[in-house]
Amino acid sequence: MEGVLAYLDMGGHGGFIWAAYAAAALVLVGVWVLSWRGLKRSEEELKRLETRLPGARPTGTARGRA
Amino acid sequence: MMHRFANPARFARFAAAATPWTAALTALLFAAGLFLALFASPPDYQQGETVRIMYVHVPSAWMAMFAYVVVAAGSASALVWRHPLGDVVARAASPVGALFTLLALITGSLWGKPMWGAWWVWDARLTSVLVLLFLYMGHIALLNAFDDPARGGRAAAILALAGIVNLPIIKFSVDWWNTLHQPASISRFARPAIDPAILTPLLVMAAAYFAYFVTMLLVRVRAELAEAKLRAARSAVLARG
Repeated sequence: MEGVLAYLDMGGHGGFIWAAYAAAALVLVGVWVLSWRGLKRSEEELKRLETRLPGARPTGTARGRA
Repeated sequence: MMHRFANPARFARFAAAATPWTAALTALLFAAGLFLALFASPPDYQQGETVRIMYVHVPSAWMAMFAYVVVAAGSASALVWRHPLGDVVARAASPVGALFTLLALITGSLWGKPMWGAWWVWDARLTSVLVLLFLYMGHIALLNAFDDPARGGRAAAILALAGIVNLPIIKFSVDWWNTLHQPASISRFARPAIDPAILTPLLVMAAAYFAYFVTMLLVRVRAELAEAKLRAARSAVLARG
């Protein structure tokens, strides 16, 4: 247990080091989730609208469709 | 290559097929990079454990500048050659680059406080990176400032190209002016001034950030292409009543 606490303390600078890694994780994961959700939302709405346009060409954004 | 992917539908198919591979590579590189950065690498002889902040700070700063090069290249290809994907790539890369820049500033501040005794100093390196963040914010604001996306894209592209002058200022600021910031430790023309035990995790984390950026670019370009189709479909639905 003491070994773990000493590791987390990082020579007295743990607060700075873990805050930097937490900020990086928050930004990188946040961008990933928001970008992916934005893509899925657009693709789903596009599919929904295309069903209202029978003559429209299918989307080229989904895999395997042109 | 540029001509091969000039067709947006073809690029979207390529991006959809490539995304799982680049995502898997990103996860692998981050797993290896974080293990090396947090467990396998030694503390620095001068900076102690705080050197571990470098493994998230330096790749953020490198990718902040690289993403800006991508934005400027996309803008140039849209303005000069009217490449159909140029504007889309610039739109997709800009917010990711802005967040890399913000991350470089936050992690730099968290490294600066224990090493310099200050969260922030108005020196050339820090100020020029802050200017980069403002350039990104201006670019994103211009992209969304017009009802017609093409007009916004043109104005934003001109700003992106004008702002490219800031990149050499960031790079050489530590050589041109007196600064608290350390000079470049890795150069193409000289042996790195970093011990391999510290250089290896840095390069693996940089590769992870690069793979992450490529993955985000592919996802966001697909989203931009879907959004453009969505606008056209909405107009068609409205025209039909």
